[in-house]
Order: sequence, then C-alpha cells, then structure tokens
Amino acid sequence: MASSSHIQNSEALETETKRESQLAAERAKKHLKSRRAREWRFKLWGRAAVLFALASLIWLLFSLAGTGFTAFQQNFMTLDVELTESVISPDGTRDPQELRGANYRRVLQETMYDLFPEVTERRERRDLFALTSASGATHQIRLMVYNDPSLIGQTVTLTVPTSDNVDQLLKGYIDRDLPESLRKVSNEQIVWIDSLKKRGIIKKKFNTILFTHPDSRDPELAGIAGAVVGSIMIVVIAFLLALPIGVGSALYLDEFAPKNKWTDLIEININNLAAVPSIVFGLLGLAIFINFMGLSRSIPLVGGMVLALRAFPTIVVATRAALRSVGPGIVNGALSLGASHTQSVFQQKLPLAAPGILTGSIIAMAQVLGETAPLLMIGMVAFVTEVPNSVTDPSTALPVQIFLWSDSAERAWSERTAAAIIILLVILILMNGLAIWLRNRLEKRR
Amino acid sequence: MDQIILYILILMVVLTVGGFIYNKNLALDRYLSSRAHEEIGTTLLKGSGWHSQASYHGYFTAWVVGFCSFLLFVAGLYFRNGSEVYDLIWLALVLASGVCIVFLLNRKISPEFAARTWVERFIHFCLIVLSFIAVLTTFGIVLSLLFESLRFFSKVSFLDFLFGLQWSPQTALRADQAGQSGSFGAVPIFAGTFLIMLVAMTIAGPVGLMIAIYLSEYASAATRKIVKPLIEILAGIPTVVYGFFALLTVGPTIRNFAETLGFSVPTQSALAAGVVMGVMIIPLISSLSDDVINAVPQSLRDGSYALGATKSETMKQVVFKGALPGIIGAFLLAVSRAIGETMIVVMAAGRAANLTGNPFEAVTTVTVQIVALLTGDQEFDSPKTLAAFALGLVLFVITLILNMIALSVVRRYRERYD
Repeated sequence: MASSSHIQNSEALETETKRESQLAAERAKKHLKSRRAREWRFKLWGRAAVLFALASLIWLLFSLAGTGFTAFQQNFMTLDVELTESVISPDGTRDPQELRGANYRRVLQETMYDLFPEVTERRERRDLFALTSASGATHQIRLMVYNDPSLIGQTVTLTVPTSDNVDQLLKGYIDRDLPESLRKVSNEQIVWIDSLKKRGIIKKKFNTILFTHPDSRDPELAGIAGAVVGSIMIVVIAFLLALPIGVGSALYLDEFAPKNKWTDLIEININNLAAVPSIVFGLLGLAIFINFMGLSRSIPLVGGMVLALRAFPTIVVATRAALRSVGPGIVNGALSLGASHTQSVFQQKLPLAAPGILTGSIIAMAQVLGETAPLLMIGMVAFVTEVPNSVTDPSTALPVQIFLWSDSAERAWSERTAAAIIILLVILILMNGLAIWLRNRLEKRR
Repeated sequence: MDQIILYILILMVVLTVGGFIYNKNLALDRYLSSRAHEEIGTTLLKGSGWHSQASYHGYFTAWVVGFCSFLLFVAGLYFRNGSEVYDLIWLALVLASGVCIVFLLNRKISPEFAARTWVERFIHFCLIVLSFIAVLTTFGIVLSLLFESLRFFSKVSFLDFLFGLQWSPQTALRADQAGQSGSFGAVPIFAGTFLIMLVAMTIAGPVGLMIAIYLSEYASAATRKIVKPLIEILAGIPTVVYGFFALLTVGPTIRNFAETLGFSVPTQSALAAGVVMGVMIIPLISSLSDDVINAVPQSLRDGSYALGATKSETMKQVVFKGALPGIIGAFLLAVSRAIGETMIVVMAAGRAANLTGNPFEAVTTVTVQIVALLTGDQEFDSPKTLAAFALGLVLFVITLILNMIALSVVRRYRERYD
C-alpha cells in the first residue's frame, strides 16, 4: 500500500510539475508576447515622432506656399491715358517745376471716367476711380511726363496695378455672395470690374512690382527690393567682418595658442557666445554701437556689425573642424622640407581646410540672412520707402520686412508676406545648396 | 560714405601692395646680384646666404606700411572735423608716411635681416587680437547690460522687479505725471516665458528623443540618409517664418478646434507659440541626442542583447541610462534656446502680461517685452527703455548658466566613454 501510495504521490507530483511547467511556459509565452508588443509599440512611437516632424515641415511649407503663390501674379489695368495739356500745364509753359507738381490725378480720373461714360454721379465716380492704384499710377504718369514733356497732348498706353481689393476679388479671395455691407467691393464695382475684365483692360500678369519696388503703404505697390538690398549689405558686411575674426580665432586656438588660462577663457567665451540668445546681441549693438559709438539707427552697417558678432562663433567651429580634418602628414612634410610652423599652417593646412571653412561660412551667412530679432533692437523696423544706396542709409532687411508685413491682417498683405517668405526660403536653399555643392566639388579635387 | 574715406582706403591698399611689390623685387635684385658676385662663399650663412626669401622682405614692408597707414586712418577718422583742408592734409599724411616707410625699409633688406620672423610675429599678434574679439564681445554684452540695468535699478527697486506681480510699463504717458511711472514686477513675464518653454519642451522633448532613438537604433541606413537632412531643414528655417506660420495657420487652427469643442481661445495663445517653438527645437534635441546615443559603446548594447533583452529594453534600460547625462545636456540647451527665442513669441504669443498657468491664454515673455519696450519711440533714460536691459540681463544670466551646465555635463559625458 505504502509503495502504491508513494507511486500515486509521485504521479501526482509529476502531473503537478508538468502542469506547473506548462503554466510557466504559458506565462513565459504571454510575457514574451507582451515584450514583443512593447517592442513593437516602442518602434511605433519612434515612427510616429519622425512622422510628426516631417508632417509639421510639410504643413508649414504647404500653408506658406498656398498663401503666397498667388502674390506672384497681380491684376493690372492697361489704360489709354490722354495727357491733356490743359490739365497738366494750363499755361502751356511746360516748366519742369510745374510738371513735377501737376494734377496727374485729374488726368487719371478722366481716363477712368471715359471707360464708363454712363457713370456721372459723384459718389459713383469716386468708387470707379478707386479701382486703380491711384498713387502708383499718378507716380508713373508724373515720371513719364517729367522725363519727356513732349508727350503732353498725346495719348499714351499705361499698365498700372489695380487696387488691392480688385486684385483680391479677381483672385477669388473676396466672396461675391457676401452681403454688400460686409464686402470691401460694392455691387457696382463688381459690375465694372467684370466689364473691364471682359473688355481685356484688366489682365493678370507676373507681379514684377513685388521684386522691383521698395515698401509701400499700399499692398499693390509694395515690394521687397529695398529689403533685399538691405539684407545683401548686411550679409556682405557680416561676412567681411566675421570671416577674418572666425578664421583668425580658430587658427590661433588650434595652431598657435599655448595651453593656459587665457586661451581657455577665449575658448569658453566662443562656445558660450554661440549659445547666447540673438536678441542679446541686439541689445549689445544698441548700447555699444548706437548709444556709445554714436552710429545712427536703422542702418545696414550696424546690422552687419552686430550679426558678424553673432555669426563668427559658427565660423570658428567650422574652421576648427576643417583644420582638424587635414591629416598631419601634409604638415609634417612641409616641416621636414624646412618650412616654419607658420608657413606650414598658412601655406599647406589652410588651403586644404578652405573648402570646409567656406562651407561653414556660407551656412553662417544663411543664418545671418534669416536673423530678425537683433535687427529689431537696432531700429531696422523703420518704414523705409526707398531702396538704400549705401551702408549708412536707413534700410530694412528681408526677415524684418516679413515681420512688418505680417502685422497687417488683410489678405493682400498676408499673401505678400508669404511670398516674401517663399523668396527668403528659396535664397536660403540656394545658399545651403551652394555650400553642399562647393564641399563636394572641392573635396573631390583634393 | 564720404569720398575722402574711400580714397584713403584705396590709397592704403595701393601703398601696401606697391610696397610689397617694390621691396620684394628689390630684395630679389640684391639677392641675385649677391649671387652674381659669388659672395656666398664669403658669408658665414649657409644655402643662399639669405635668412628670408625675397617675398618675406616684401611682406614685411606691406605689414608695416599697412599697419601704420591703418593707425593714421583710424586716428584721422577720430579727429575729423569736417574741414576740407584737414581731409587733404590727412590724405597727404597717409601718402607721405607710406612712401617714406617703403623707402626707409629699403635699407633693411640684407641677408642678415630676419624678415620672416618679424612677419610671423606680426601674424601671431593679429591672430591674438582677432581671437580676443570673442572676449571683448562677451565683455561688451556684460558691461552694457549691467550698466543700463544698474541705472534701471536706481529707479526701480531690484526686489520689486524680481518679485512684483504687476507689469505695466506703458503707463508713463507724460514725464510730469507723479506716481505714474508704471510698475515693473516681472513675475508675470517670467511665468509666461516658463509656460511657453514648458509647452515647447513637452512637444520637442519626447518627439526629438524618439526621433534620435529611431534613427540611431531602428531606421535603415537608407531611411536615415533621407530623413535626417529633412529634419535638419526644420533647424534652418528662420524663426520669423515660424512666427508667421504660428500666426497664420497654427493659431487659427487651435482657435477653430477649440470652438468646435465649445471653448473660446484667442488666436494668440501660449499654446500656439509653444507648439510651433517645439517644432523648431525638435532638430536641436534630435541631433544632439543622436550624437550622445551613438557615443554609447556598442559593447554595452551587445551585452544586453546577449542577456536576451529586446532592442527597446536595451534602449530603455541600458543605452538610455548610459546616455542620460548627455541627453540632459541636450535638453538644457534646448530650454535655453526656447527661453531666448524671440520672433515666434513676438508674433504669436501676444503682449498682455497675464499671470496664468493656462496655455490657452495669451501670455508674454521676456524677449517679447524687450522688443515691445525697445521698438517705437524711445527716450533713453526712461525706466521703460532701461527695463529692457534689466530683462536682457536676466535672460543672459539664465541662458548662460544653462549653457555652462549643459556644456560641462556633455563634456564630462564624452570623457566617460572616450
């Protein structure tokens, strides 16, 4: 009996261990399953993060492109303007002083009224005249007559921009179905606009004004020419200052500096300057260059100097990396042929590091081109309606122009803001592309 | 620019280049004539018998002429009084001194003269001066911020500024209004900055870190090659573009979405600015964390895999722990970047100094207030403009501390695995 019970016991034990091991196996399987699920989830999170970043980029680019691309075309009116002598020069002397101040608005008004002879009421005529960009068109006529007084009495064909409301209506951004009181264009005006469009007087053309005009109060006359010239001046000044400072500091720290407290201090300084918020450089420029040194506000010279200080740490980092990538063999070769240390650095190492330095500098200049905050501090937010002629003329810069335009909520402005952004981004892409192309090309030759 | 300045600059270049060419050729002539007279055998020097190459004699002249005329140029610019006679004397002085130096240095051209050593000394001097500009810049920042801030704190108490709850600098309408000097309690500004930074980091922290993990551990080489530059594009977009994106698209989207849920949210809110700023910071965190994760030795990963751990377990329990200091460094740098960011918040966060923790409200930040105080009409002595410098000082000190900590953490981390 005892043995049989023992057998029974051992059998029971066996089945129990079997069941236990089965359970354990199941648990392990379950555990493994959950571990695999966790692994899968973790990977999914990674994918989601990448997708989030890429989706943000695409959203940003599409929303800007969608808003901005319409600004590259604009509606223009082709008008046959009769330059009546009795209006421009009533006494017939055609004195230049008189020609400058003549009533060209009247000339333009007559032209517009002639398009719709049936419109006679004063208020209606005013609405009709509002279809053109009055200040732009009168300026155009004034320039024409002033340069060539013999045109007086003749009829000239002019292409003038329409007012921004007409432009927006024809681009479909003003809803024709809205009640008239909520619309910026009246019912009568819509009838006139459609008629002008049908008669071929209003035509959509490439918007050259955006590229050739400086800033203006009227969106249809505003362009980025002044801002682009200002930006070019700033970038050139910043480059001319930051390149020697950056390359010089890097050469000194990497090649000539003894290891001591001073050189440590310089190195820490450069590393920290690279991470100081850009607006602080603007405060520096305001306090030192403008208040202390007495340079005037809003000028590209100060902007370029401030941004040179902002950009040179980037050039230092790029130069040091480029210097280190040059193998020791070339320097040792030069030294063994009797060159001095300085000669080996300047005649062998620096030329070989030049592609890397150039690439780093172009990227630093791309940063300078996009920098806005320091320029606000030194007063480059002024409303400037002229293209600057020299580095000491008041000016603005392309990113600041974007900031200024973004303040106005009207569709005509936000469209131009987005267009200016597209232009800025294209320039930046070209600069970075140039940097990559140069690096590939120069490195291959090595 | 003035014509005379342009002329003097051109003259300086002509003198320098001319001096170089003239004295180099002179040195070459003397060298060749010394060879012609077979003087080599009689000199004690070896080789050609000349210490420096002819071009170094030229460089030496160029440096001296360039340096002297530069000093004259700067001095002349400083003492300039606008009279035409002065300008002409100035021009003549630059010309005369340049020509004199070139001819005086003719005598120096001899086999024994160590022109190269002098030129190299001069190069070293220039490099030291250039690299000292970094120190000068930092010095300039600290001095200008400190100086203007001290003037501010002589008018407004330091404690009121740091702990005051009311920020309304705009109230000083007229100089003679007594008791209307505005209140400068900066706590609402600091709170707003912190709130937006928090929103930005909530987005950028996890997303950036997961991107770094995915790209370094999971993605194939081909994917990495495409995705990495695309994400770097986010870092290259100017902040004013992000600002306009927040204003044009993200703000209205958040407002419309909240309206469908029955809330009312302004277009300018901490959330809109924070989210866009988060997107901007993603590449900073992802690329820094990527470097840090790649620096963790492969042997640690292999050990973990050998124990049967999955990739994610290895990542979370081994690599992440190993890389933690570096990742913290990356996050600190990102925080400092978020605090100092200007254009996004200026355009999308609003200017009202609300003391609130609600991200759906408009808040203001340190950088926004600096811009608001310093753009537009300003008189330089009013507390209103000086307050901008006090805020700038706070901003500079905080970001400096964050950067110092981050850089030292990262450096120590690198040393651990080197």
